[in-house]
Formats: sequence, C-alpha cells, structure tokens
Amino acid sequence: MADGTTGAAASGVPARRAATRGGALHRMARRRSTIAVMMCLPLFALIAGLVVYPFFYSIYLSMLSREMDRFIGLFNYEYLLTSDTFHLVVFQSCLFAITAVFFKALIGFILAHVMHNISGRDQRVWRGLLLVPWVIPPALSTLGWWWMIAGSYSAVNWFLQLVGLHPVAWLAITGWARFWVIVVNVWFGTPFFMIMYLATLKSVPEQLYEAAAIDGATGLQKIRYISLPLLRNIISITVLFSLIVTFANFDIVEILTAGAPANSTQVFATYAFQVGIGSGNIPMGAAVSLFIFPILAIFAIFILRGVNRRAKEAI
Amino acid sequence: MSGATLAGGTPQPRRGRRPSLARERRWALWVSYITLIFFAIGFLIPPYFEIVTSLKTSEQIGSGRNPWFVHHPYLGNFLYIIHNAQFQTFFLNSVKITLVVVVVTLLISVFAAYALARMRFFGSEGFATGVFLTYLVPESLLFIPLFKVLAALHLINNVWCLALIWPTLSVPFCTWIMIGYFGSIPRELDEAAMIDGASHMQMLWRIFIPVAMPGIIAATIFAFTVCWGDFLYPLAFAFTSTQMTLTAGIVSTLIHGDVLDWGKIMAANILASAPPILIYAFLMDYYIAGLTAGATKG
Repeated sequence: MADGTTGAAASGVPARRAATRGGALHRMARRRSTIAVMMCLPLFALIAGLVVYPFFYSIYLSMLSREMDRFIGLFNYEYLLTSDTFHLVVFQSCLFAITAVFFKALIGFILAHVMHNISGRDQRVWRGLLLVPWVIPPALSTLGWWWMIAGSYSAVNWFLQLVGLHPVAWLAITGWARFWVIVVNVWFGTPFFMIMYLATLKSVPEQLYEAAAIDGATGLQKIRYISLPLLRNIISITVLFSLIVTFANFDIVEILTAGAPANSTQVFATYAFQVGIGSGNIPMGAAVSLFIFPILAIFAIFILRGVNRRAKEAI
Repeated sequence: MSGATLAGGTPQPRRGRRPSLARERRWALWVSYITLIFFAIGFLIPPYFEIVTSLKTSEQIGSGRNPWFVHHPYLGNFLYIIHNAQFQTFFLNSVKITLVVVVVTLLISVFAAYALARMRFFGSEGFATGVFLTYLVPESLLFIPLFKVLAALHLINNVWCLALIWPTLSVPFCTWIMIGYFGSIPRELDEAAMIDGASHMQMLWRIFIPVAMPGIIAATIFAFTVCWGDFLYPLAFAFTSTQMTLTAGIVSTLIHGDVLDWGKIMAANILASAPPILIYAFLMDYYIAGLTAGATKG
C-alpha cells in the first residue's frame, strides 16, 4: 500500500519525488511504530497500573500513621530498624534465602550431572520423577509436609520412636523450625535448578569431556575445569532468580510455622502479612515489605554485572 | 534394582585398549543411579505420604499404627470431598478465574512479544528490560498496596479481583518466553509474507503463532500453573469461603473450619494438585522447554 502511493506520486511530479518518498517512508515507519505501541499497550498498562503504581503507592503508604490519617515521614522505618522483632526477621530472611538457595544450587548441580551420565529414555523417566516437587502448588505440598512433621500423629516422630528415640516437637523449637522451613524450600526448588543445569549441560560438546578423559582427568577435575566454567552464567542467573523468589517466599513459611516459635522463622513476607493484613497496620506492613526491594536490587546488580562481564570476555 | 540391571547391561569392554576408562564410566553410572534413587525417594516421600493418609479413615490415622502404610485403602475421603459444597466452590472458582487469566495472559503477551521481537520502536529495548525487572517487585511486596487499590475499587472479598491481579504474575514471564520464540523465527519468513502483502495481523496469526506453537503451549502451561498455585493473593484479598480459590480455601477453611480430619484434607490436597500434575504428565517437554527458554533468555 505504502509502495503504491509512493510510486504514483513519484511518476506524477518528479521534482517532489524525494520529498514525497521520504514522507511516505516516514509515515510508514510511524504507522509501524504506532501499531507496535498499540500492541504493547495492554502490557504497559498492566505493569504501570498494577506493578509500578502500587510500588510507589506502597512507599507513600509506608509514611502514614497507623490510622492512615497523618503523614509521619520515616517514622515507621525508624521504628522497624530499632525493633528486635524486625532484626530477627532480617536475620532469618537472609539465613533462610542464602542457605536454601545454596543447597538448591548444590543439589541441583549434582543431580544434573548424575542425570547427564545416564542415557536417553531412562533420563526422561528420572527427570519426570524428580520434577514432581516443582509441579505441586507449594501451598498444598507444604500442608502435606506439616502433617508429616508436626501433625498430632507425626510420621517423622514415628520413625524416631521406632529406633527408640523420644519424639520431638519439631516446629516448636527454633533451630528445628528453621531447619524444616529450609528443607521444604530446598525440596520444592531443587528441581528447577536441576532442569536448568541439565539443559545447559546438554549443550556442552561431549568431545570436551572425552578429551579430558583421555588426558586422564578425574571426574572432579572434569567438573572443576569444564562444567563449572561453562555453567557459570546459568548458575548466576538461576541463583539470582531463586534468591528473588526465596527472599520473597510466603507460602512455605506461612503454612509450616506462620513465623513461630516467637517470630524466629518469620521472613519479610510473612511478617508483612501479619502486621499489614493480620493486625491491620497497613503502613507498617508496607514498610516491612519494602525492605525486600533494595536487597533484591543489590543481588540483581551484582549478579547481572558478572554475567555481562563474562559475556563480553567470551566475545 | 533397576540401577543394577542397567549398569550391568552396558557394553563392558567398549575400549579394549583402555580398560580404566570403561571401568571408570561404569563406576560413574553406578554412582549416578544410586544418587538418583536416593534423591527420587527423598523427593517423593511427601506426596507418597499424602496419598497414604488420604486413603485412611480417621480411626486408622489415630490408631497409632504405622503411618507410612495403608492396609485397607478407604476411598470415603475422596467421595466426601468431591461432594463437599465448599470444595466444589473452591474448585469452580479456581477453574474459572484461572481460565480467564490464561486467555488474558496469552492475548497480552503474544501481541507485546510480537511487537518487541519484530518491530523496533522508540524505547522498545528499555521496555523489554523493564518487563523483566518487574521480578524485582514480587507479590509479597505488592499485596499491601494492592489491598488498598482493590478496596478502593470495591473488589476486596470478590474472587474476580484475582482475574485483575493474577496477570501481573503470569504476563511478564510469558512475554519473555514468547519474545524468545518469536525472535528465533527467521526473518526471511516475514519478509516473504510482507512481499505478498500480509498485514501485521495476518503475519502474526498465519505465521508467528503457528510456528511458535510450542512457545504458546509453554506459556499457557506456565500461566496456568502460576495462577492455580498462587496462595498469597487469594489469602490476602478474600475472607469468606465462597470467594476463595483452592489453595487459600483448603488451608484456611478446611483446617480451621468444620473439617479437622486429615484424611479428608489430604484428599482435598491431592484433588487440588491433580490438574497441574496431569498437565505436567502429558506435556512435560513443553513444560521444560518453557522453563529453560525463559531463563536462558534473561
């Protein structure tokens, strides 16, 4: 269509040829970008209206008094930074996220290698089995975990009694409660790491490993000098992704312990929920949850900078 | 068992001159199978235990006998839950909102991904990065301001508010999946279509969507799973059981409400987890492709 009009104008008045063609091209380009913008508009509206706006609104909310009738500046933050409970929340959030992500990445790495060793059809079956924890909605599977660990007829305690030990009130003791929260998170998240690393390992040329084997490299050396350097980028990205998700985790902690005992397993999300929705102090809840953002942003900057640098080195 | 037979079945003297290599490989296979068996058992214990519990009557559960086995499977829990009006409401809510959100997600993300992958415009690169950065603002940060926003819209304690909110969970990742798939379509294809006079709509409908069908399936699965499993939003925005979806409904109503029978709770749990598991069982390859495509792109 655009070509047709340009052609007609050009044959009619040769002198204005250049200008018209420029105009038509310009028009076409403009129309093309107008269509593109129209196509992106719903996405833009969604992100602007339901992510960006609430984010800034949350900052505003966090500076209001409990009744939301007065502007009190940074008082809520001040209060949180001096509150012992909040210190506990920060500590537990970091402990929870870092430990859980470390073990998810480690076990995922091991499983991916182990899985890579076995052949085609078998691999499919094992992969299918090991991905199951990732597929069940975490809120529902955590409920099953709770029943297994802490229910009135705790199945874990049944094993202890079988070998002659005393039953333990797992989720009422700080150390154990923290332990189980991490275990459930590792159980749920490891398959994601495994599948990512396996996909990357499949793209590594087999000859590299064969050459190393002929040179007499041990299994560990192969991992250290071939797998790790080649997987470094995907490790960074999955760790970043998982840190974000784990840091902001709500389901597992809320259902397993709801922060008990004595707030020792409370993380940002559950504490914000308890303060903001549970006891109705929306500004304070907003302040708690806003602490997630700078922490995630710092992780993201560090890891993505590393990825970019290595990508440039590769070129 | 299976590990032993399989390891034995591998051709032993593959490299006759270097027996150490073959031995090492067989040893590695052994270690691999043992590790896999160990972790597979560990990973499957909780689902197994849920199934065992769901097949017992409350007397059997309370009898103090071995909780890990069921001697006389009992299907009454499942029958009870299937006929339970509350559970039916949760299930219906989950189905209808999730379906609406999946359709909305696909519409938004396919159009946006087409524009971002093929039509460069002012700020398109920055916008694509911006879409990815929404992951730095997770739902546990957004639920408090969104609570106020929904209250202003009179949508609190209305299950349809999730149809408005859930796309924020599904759309960014689906858009990234689709940008990846659309980007991998060779440009010759759309040039040929353009020469034949196809409009953008025709190109999208006749070329991009059919060619990127695996991506669309992966995005559909992702959107479905993420909405079906979401717990925080339905818990924060609904108070009465008629307005809840499965996750929040089972956790907050069945436990604290009239049913305090773990056989029934576990039966409800299994029925609620069934749709994502079935989808996964039949479409595992798409599921995995979507997962890996999204992350390697970022």
